[in-house]
Amino acid sequence: MDEPKITPELIAAHGLKPDEYERILGLIGREPTFTELGIFSAMWNEHCSYKSSKKWLRTLPTTGPQVICGPGENAGVVDIGDGQAVIFKMESHNHPSYIEPHQGAATGVGGILRDVFTMGARPIAAMDALSFGLPSHPKTAHLVKGVVEGVGGYGNAFGVPNLGGEVRFHAAYNGNCLVNAFAAGLADTDKIFYSAASGVGMPVVYLGAKTGRDGVGGATMASAEFDDTIEEKRPTVQVGDPFTEKCLLEACLELMASDSVISIQDMGAAGLTCSAVEMGDKGDLGIRLDLDRVPTRERNMTAYEMMLSESQERMLMVLKPEKEAEARAIFEKWDLDFAIVGETIAEDRFLIMHGNQVKADLPLKALSGTAPEYDRPWVETPPAAPLGLVPTIGAIDALRALIGSPNYAHKAWVWEQYDTQVGADTVRRPGMGAGVVRVHGTGKALAFTSDVTPRYVKANPFEGGKQAVAEAYRNLTAVGALPLAATDNLNFGNPEKPEIMGQLVGAIKGIGAACHALDFPIVSGNVSLYNETDGTGILPTPTIGAVGLLKSLDELIAGQPVAGDLALVIGQTQGHLGQSALLAEAFGIEAGDAPTVDLAAERLHGEFLRANRVHVKAATDLSDGGLALAAFEMAEAAGLGLTLTASDIATLFGEDQARYLVACDADGAAALEAAGQAAGVSVARVGHFGGDAVTLGAEAAPLADLSTLYRTAFAAAVA
Amino acid sequence: MKAAVVTFPGSNCDRDLAQAFAAAGADVVRVWHKETALPEGTDVVGVPGGFSYGDYLRCGAIAAQSPVGQAIRDFAGRGGYVLGICNGFQVLTEMGLLPGALMRNAGLQFLCKPVTLRVATTDSVFTQGYARGAEVMFPIAHHDGNYTIDAEGLARLQGEDRVAFRYADNPNGSMDDIAGVLSANRRVLGMMPHPERAVDPAQGGTDGSALFRALAGMMARA
Repeated sequence: MDEPKITPELIAAHGLKPDEYERILGLIGREPTFTELGIFSAMWNEHCSYKSSKKWLRTLPTTGPQVICGPGENAGVVDIGDGQAVIFKMESHNHPSYIEPHQGAATGVGGILRDVFTMGARPIAAMDALSFGLPSHPKTAHLVKGVVEGVGGYGNAFGVPNLGGEVRFHAAYNGNCLVNAFAAGLADTDKIFYSAASGVGMPVVYLGAKTGRDGVGGATMASAEFDDTIEEKRPTVQVGDPFTEKCLLEACLELMASDSVISIQDMGAAGLTCSAVEMGDKGDLGIRLDLDRVPTRERNMTAYEMMLSESQERMLMVLKPEKEAEARAIFEKWDLDFAIVGETIAEDRFLIMHGNQVKADLPLKALSGTAPEYDRPWVETPPAAPLGLVPTIGAIDALRALIGSPNYAHKAWVWEQYDTQVGADTVRRPGMGAGVVRVHGTGKALAFTSDVTPRYVKANPFEGGKQAVAEAYRNLTAVGALPLAATDNLNFGNPEKPEIMGQLVGAIKGIGAACHALDFPIVSGNVSLYNETDGTGILPTPTIGAVGLLKSLDELIAGQPVAGDLALVIGQTQGHLGQSALLAEAFGIEAGDAPTVDLAAERLHGEFLRANRVHVKAATDLSDGGLALAAFEMAEAAGLGLTLTASDIATLFGEDQARYLVACDADGAAALEAAGQAAGVSVARVGHFGGDAVTLGAEAAPLADLSTLYRTAFAAAVA
Repeated sequence: MKAAVVTFPGSNCDRDLAQAFAAAGADVVRVWHKETALPEGTDVVGVPGGFSYGDYLRCGAIAAQSPVGQAIRDFAGRGGYVLGICNGFQVLTEMGLLPGALMRNAGLQFLCKPVTLRVATTDSVFTQGYARGAEVMFPIAHHDGNYTIDAEGLARLQGEDRVAFRYADNPNGSMDDIAGVLSANRRVLGMMPHPERAVDPAQGGTDGSALFRALAGMMARA
């Protein structure tokens, strides 16, 4: 079949800039074929090449004694002792989810799960961080419903417990929702699989589901701004099948146990193209593919379509040739496709054959190694103007404004649609702070959290970046876990605008500073840029997904206060109200600077809480919403009333960092105070739990009324 | 006791169920859906939760026609004990081993949370370890758990004391708050809630242990 002629329009439609096309001509010394143009477009788009962010991502701390493999593979690998490792990553599926929320979110979950099990890990936890437009926006309810169903539908059927995440609403996401999916898996450190091919003449094997035309051009779409033609892009969204993925997981893990695999790579964005190039590039080998052997779902698929298809639930593997029969039998057992579609070759060449014709013949290394890298111009975000006078509000009204908003209301509507306990190892379900899952068959456990406060990042990218990391560190600490490592999912607007690029640069610098100070390396990540619609960008949203280790379940802090227990705050309260949840929810004011994060205090206070866990019944970090919201959440979960002695709004709702709220009995409180004195850490009694009223200073309201508001506001806003 | 735990493609609570049987002292054998016979000496068959065959067509419908399905039918026909949990309950109704059907939840959403159940009968090997009317906490996790049956069938279940568990606060619209039912010979139990997720203090509760222990104890005597 004849391929279309290469025209400037066709080049532009592939998201390639004229200078990038010139670079292609220079590399291959001729005009590319249509299939080749598609391959370049897939490899050089922002989604696959990180061309705008690479320069800055390199500055992040990625190493540490616990790190087995940092960024660059499908997911990060971190040692958890006893010959075991946790493998995890977070990845966005923003653009597809806005176009088709159910399938967009579902395939986001499917993709991140494959990233984890392609390395040999059985997935043990998932999280999802979601950002939507205002509940009043006409698209929001539809998006929330579809995305939550999609996340749940895929993860529930696949069989991975969902342990947490975030849901936020803000007008800046009206035209671009964010769906950031996290997955973590468990593997033995001597059975981790990487993507680098090795050996010449080794069979390249296609595994899993068949290839269709779905998602052709998806990665390129994910790197473009939206406009009002977005609905026309629906055909480029992939469709997920969690049933096939579950079978693929089990088949892959059986295969990996049989010592047959040289290297393996999942087919995600730009499917066959990205996965084949990745394996060849990492192994310094060429790859020859014979597309006539690719299992297809539709007739008459072209080379271009097969190379760019984003059909889900597929893997590419380089196999030990003597193991072919054994490997094939495993896939036949699971009723999945197994086809030898090519081989590794010695030359630096990516050779694509179809119908006895050469459809692409490119230097393989050049496809990834020489992808453009930009040092985009950027301007530092100007310092935020100081916060003016804060309007007056009563403490109970202020609390009502928070718990009655879908941003801070109880989110059971979301997480009850997710299976949080499949695997029978869930120790702490979502709802408050980090989720905890037992390491199967051991007394160890892992804690998971996902955090960012986009308002802070917008006002002050550097402090906001620091804060996202610090909050993750605190959430892990508050359940008694030692923070191990993190993954970053950087969601920003158009990087070609210097002020947006400035947000990205500032946030990465802040994340780096915090990770460095807290010995909390970034081991994997994902960048999603061009989150803009008609020129309006999202709030900068660098989501931090993080993992902590409990060497024994005895280290877990997961109790609840009982009536009469005391509430204490670890860390100093100054009453910072700039960019606070209170201002945003009660008054619609987003002003002032983000709170400053004292990283030395974060570390000291975290170590202090972990060292003194025996005195503490329950703990939670203080973040947006401040003391009053955290104390209400802790009390309400225990079915208790609450009294906080402070009456001023800044003390109750200020968002100073490096703080924890803990519940202790009288002896525990005294012991904690003494320990605080010895360690130079501020420990202050702020109130007590019990009764059937919530009392903030001089004001009070019945717990039952507040509880009803808190537990119904989310569904009322979106359902 | 020898417990055979079946794995269909798409089962995802098979390991959890095997673990709960093992913790109660059972010898556990895992059985692949393409097998046409159960292991020699099987005392009880466990049909686990999950999404067998992707829940395509109808939940449990394809699994009911699988090769191992006939073996389970024959085993039950000979008076064998069968425990189906969640998707396993759906499979057993599709096989015709239990009456009724599991329709979409009344709220139309997937629902996962701990629920309180009342033990409705102690006259079965599965429930003999509880007191009649006792409240137990098991998690649910399903999209299609709305138990539905015709009036005559419901009257028979009630009249023959074959409702095993009822929801204290009906989460899914099930008729008569039914969470689990027994076969006429009281040897097949299907239930939507997950007792295997409540057998260890780390899971937040151990109310499910009595079910597995009673089963293992009875089999040991047999």
